[in-house]
Amino acid sequence: MAEEVTITVDGREMSASKGDILIRVAQDNGVYIPRFCWHPRMRPVGMCRMCLIQLEGPRGPMIVPACTTVVSDGMVVDTENDTVAKAQEGILEYLLINHPLDCPVCDKGGECPLQDQTMAYGPGETRFVEEKRHYEKPIEISELVLIDRERCILCARCTRFSEEISGDPLIEFMGRGYNTEVNTFPDEPFRSYFSGNTVQICPVGALLAAPYRFRARPWDLREVASTCSHCSTGDAITVQTSQNQVVRLLAVDNPHTNQSWLSDKCRFGYEYINSPDRLSVPLVRDGGELREATWSEALDTVASRLSGIISEQGGAAVAGLGGARGTNEDAYAFSKFLRTVVGTNHVDARMDDTVASQFLAGVADRGVIDDIDSAATIVVWGPDLKEEHPTLYLRVRAAATGFDTNAVVSNSDGLIIRRPGARLIVIHPRRTGLDAEADFTLRYRPGAGGDLLSALQNGEHPDIDQALAAGPVVALVGRTGLTEDPRLAEGAAAWLRDKGAKILPLARRGNIFGALDMGLAPDLLPGRISVSEGLEAWGEVPTGVGRPTRAILEGLAAGDIEAVMLMGADPVADVPDSAVAAEALEKAGFVVALDLFHTASTAYADVILPALGFAEKEGTITNLEGRVQKVNEIVPGAGQARADWSIIDDIARRLGTDLGFGSAAGIAKEIATAAPAYAGITWDLLDWEARSGAVVPYGDAVQKLQYVPVATALPGMSAEMVLHSARKMYDDGVMMRHSLSLHRLAPGAAAHLHPDDARRLGAREGHLVKLVTKTAEAELPVLLDETLHRGVVYVPFNQPGGPSLGSDPVVRVTAVG
Amino acid sequence: MTTTATSFERPLVVTQRMVDHPTDSHTLDRYRATGGYEAARQALDMSRDELVELVKESGLLGRGGAAFSAGMKWSLLAPERPAYLVINADESEPGTFKDRQLLERDPHQMLEGVIIAAWANEVPHAFIYIRGEYAKPARRVQAAVDEAYAAGLLGKGIMGSDYDLEVTVHLGAGAYICGEETALLNSLEGRRGEPRLKPPYFPAAVGLYLKPTVVNNVETVSNLPHILINGAEWYKELTGAEDTGTFLVSLSGHIARPGNYELPHGITWRQLFDEVGGGIPDGRQLKMWIPGGASAPWFNPEEHLDLEITKGAAAAAGSMLGSGAVIVMDDTTCVVRAAERVVRFFAHESCGECTPCREGTSWLEMILRRIEAGQGRPIDFDLLADVSDNINIDLSWPPKQTTICPLGPSATSPIMSIVKYYKDEVMDHIHGQGCPFP
Repeated sequence: MAEEVTITVDGREMSASKGDILIRVAQDNGVYIPRFCWHPRMRPVGMCRMCLIQLEGPRGPMIVPACTTVVSDGMVVDTENDTVAKAQEGILEYLLINHPLDCPVCDKGGECPLQDQTMAYGPGETRFVEEKRHYEKPIEISELVLIDRERCILCARCTRFSEEISGDPLIEFMGRGYNTEVNTFPDEPFRSYFSGNTVQICPVGALLAAPYRFRARPWDLREVASTCSHCSTGDAITVQTSQNQVVRLLAVDNPHTNQSWLSDKCRFGYEYINSPDRLSVPLVRDGGELREATWSEALDTVASRLSGIISEQGGAAVAGLGGARGTNEDAYAFSKFLRTVVGTNHVDARMDDTVASQFLAGVADRGVIDDIDSAATIVVWGPDLKEEHPTLYLRVRAAATGFDTNAVVSNSDGLIIRRPGARLIVIHPRRTGLDAEADFTLRYRPGAGGDLLSALQNGEHPDIDQALAAGPVVALVGRTGLTEDPRLAEGAAAWLRDKGAKILPLARRGNIFGALDMGLAPDLLPGRISVSEGLEAWGEVPTGVGRPTRAILEGLAAGDIEAVMLMGADPVADVPDSAVAAEALEKAGFVVALDLFHTASTAYADVILPALGFAEKEGTITNLEGRVQKVNEIVPGAGQARADWSIIDDIARRLGTDLGFGSAAGIAKEIATAAPAYAGITWDLLDWEARSGAVVPYGDAVQKLQYVPVATALPGMSAEMVLHSARKMYDDGVMMRHSLSLHRLAPGAAAHLHPDDARRLGAREGHLVKLVTKTAEAELPVLLDETLHRGVVYVPFNQPGGPSLGSDPVVRVTAVG
Repeated sequence: MTTTATSFERPLVVTQRMVDHPTDSHTLDRYRATGGYEAARQALDMSRDELVELVKESGLLGRGGAAFSAGMKWSLLAPERPAYLVINADESEPGTFKDRQLLERDPHQMLEGVIIAAWANEVPHAFIYIRGEYAKPARRVQAAVDEAYAAGLLGKGIMGSDYDLEVTVHLGAGAYICGEETALLNSLEGRRGEPRLKPPYFPAAVGLYLKPTVVNNVETVSNLPHILINGAEWYKELTGAEDTGTFLVSLSGHIARPGNYELPHGITWRQLFDEVGGGIPDGRQLKMWIPGGASAPWFNPEEHLDLEITKGAAAAAGSMLGSGAVIVMDDTTCVVRAAERVVRFFAHESCGECTPCREGTSWLEMILRRIEAGQGRPIDFDLLADVSDNINIDLSWPPKQTTICPLGPSATSPIMSIVKYYKDEVMDHIHGQGCPFP
């Protein structure tokens, strides 16, 4: 950063970067200045005045807030003289005169900055004998958040977050002076994907989270650091429990991933862990019905059926699906078991909804998330980040708007300013969450992405070329929807890489990148190695590339694959062509499922083995940039549920192979030696030295797979209407379905149409239209969306009660009735 | 405008036209017939440096309340362009009604000042921010702007030059705080009317839409055409005091002839009350007066009656001339009631942005109301002082504020006066459990 300056605080000299903010410099040097409105990842507003300190000015001492003071060389500061102490005490008295002091029934009591700072800096008693301010309380401002305006100290943390960080200013100041309040606009609830952050940063108990309210007292909570695995961004969190139940997740500031923020899906998506519907006992199908069994019986059944199939038809008659929801250790165990015990390469964690495995695992030149901050131009051609990678959306948004979340920036005059935002290019079939901040948006009809790519390659968009020429460029690339040809993302990446961009590949499932890095793909072995190269540590493994998800399902249906192991996989719900998956499992000779819940797919299982989930086991996961972080155990798990790796280990033993896994920690050690790119990444490293994670390849480790994407010419497509199918944040996925606070927020299935198309079809909003695709048909209510491309019908994927319309973009739409 | 015989010369500058032509001083025809827009024409032949130097030399002080050198303010304009000019016509300081008269009766005089200020500061677009309650002044200003556009005095290539100047008239929505220049800029941008953080101390560095901005008061720019025509020396010689030129006083309260008066700097308060205002009516005695709008600490006859009315003399006596609003209170006035009324105004107008002002001003109001209602406690006198002290450290003048802007400290001005001069009267309320005044 900028040049070093020296300042004196309370008689101590401190060095600081010129342009930094006094309150932060002091804190970094061990001097804590009390504050309420200051937040290190938001613009300072100097509103609460709690951080008043004395500054030696040209005209004598001045009392100023430390949070709006930019340090300059020779600055002399006093944070604790009598004048400062009186000013700070005065502020606390002002804040307390109207505060209800209902701490015993307040969620924040015990972890409340207002309590703590009153104890440290406040007056001992009140001089206020007047009636306090009263408001109706609490009021629900959304399904997830309540507000108690009497407790509010009007620090603008929530309103600033909503306006500047999440970009949905639904919570605002109203009224003025003594009657200023924070509230929502009439008939506009605080329905933000990021609303929970305001609860966490509220310095009092004014904003309350409905799922946590009255559930626990802070001093009774146990907690452990972990990493969110709802999406693949790798958000740092702390998991808090009371009486062996997870009751709250809070964001932890990992500067490389989520910084201080979480999406509500991550924050409140823990309820499934405590669900009474969790599988807690092994189940074995007996005479067509599932019945409870002992672990020995269930494992014996699996082992004997697998061993029979392997000996009669060979290992290639067995396939494995899943692994992207668990840890790297689980994924490694599954991968090693299938390769070395069963002898099959038919394994895939991708569930047919993303792009090429080698692209995801080994794209070159791959970027890291932090590259977004320093990029001059950012390209997003992939899923709607706000829906599928919410905290990554915040990072890109911050970079594009110039609300710097890393540091407050000041200009040469020492004024606090916004830095100029990066140029943002968003390419997607429909309007995404980032479009509002984008400099260029290109929309196209699904199926016609290849034409757009050719046009871009041929320089038909000179303004985009110009933006790309002003490097550095970061491109976030993935599949925009489930009807899109997976090769398009690769073509887009190839074009952008040729323009000098670093590529961040996108795929949403929590640990999909870890699963692929552990070899849960038909063409990969652990440590980003192609199957053809083999893995020294494993000795002999089956040769030849195995089948991806779709081909495995077709093999099961056709009978050339006999058995499938599902590890945290629900192909009937996950795979875009639900009917194909259902038929495959129906016809499969043997299906074993390791899962937390009954799913649409476990209905076809012969054996169901209850598995431990998030917060119930220790391990590592890998995010989309290759950052490996720990997940940790804090609750015991449901009933007899066991870790996936240990279930696999037992099955292997029954098949006559000791995989040598004593523990998840033991597997981690094996990964660090066996998987080349993971060399050196140990739990010790992640627990102590690299708390914010280690990016693969780590240190001196080498990565053999350097996958250079190649653009293939994609056939053009002409159809009157095309289908765009993509995920919303809240859907009918298995974890969401059992997290009741969030599941009810799923918008439900609908056919989004441009008003012109609706008019042409004679369908009004709310009326039903019939959709017929190559593989399915459904009737859905119409939702008008004038931001859609004409000729596109958008149907959110996997909504409660919604259809599975398959992966072919051609759709016939007719009005019903 | 009323004129009466006085012992001192009373040259009229900004009010001459409305005195001479009471029925049509606001029209373009009358304005032109009395030499209007000649000054602007002259200005367009001058450079920025020449104009800044002229205004500096004239000693013209800002008339919005802070009395900062107008020429100095212009010279601080940062080099980035575009720059903007904003006319602060959000006249809301209690007791102040002088800009209203200039807006209503001589809008072209202000517009000509706008042209001069805009040209001097290389401004392509000027904004006139008028208090929302000023319906008639706003109509008159808009009509004048329309006339000026039609006559080629505004718009593309004004007065045949190659200088383009757009002028937008904007009405506020009823918040006193929008008279604070940075809150005004926020309001003009469509945000909540809340003051901005300082630094930057001057909009001249970072102002409207984060561009360098000159914010001038109506009366300030109304003086510009006269300085252009008559020169800086003439302006300085209008008065014998250190403050140059004339200034408008809005005289109100317990005075025989309330109203707006254009006066030379340097007369005394006694001259103002006796010769201009006609004395205190009904044989009552002068008890105290607010010398410069509700934000100013009060003066009293024992100490202040023979002081010169200048910026320096007022400051030395611990107050200010502010917006030129003089509110006279006679000996029937209860200081607690008077202070409560002033504090209530500031509590009501506090924007709520920062804690001391939001909570402190209302608390002060409640304590004063309690004392006036006979429910005061002996500790309330010290409490008033200490609650004020937490807004304005050591009850200083100029205030050492703990707040973002001067609104909160303004509410402590009457408390400062009470603490200094009227403790006995407050204690009479407390011990007598009620107000001794009828």
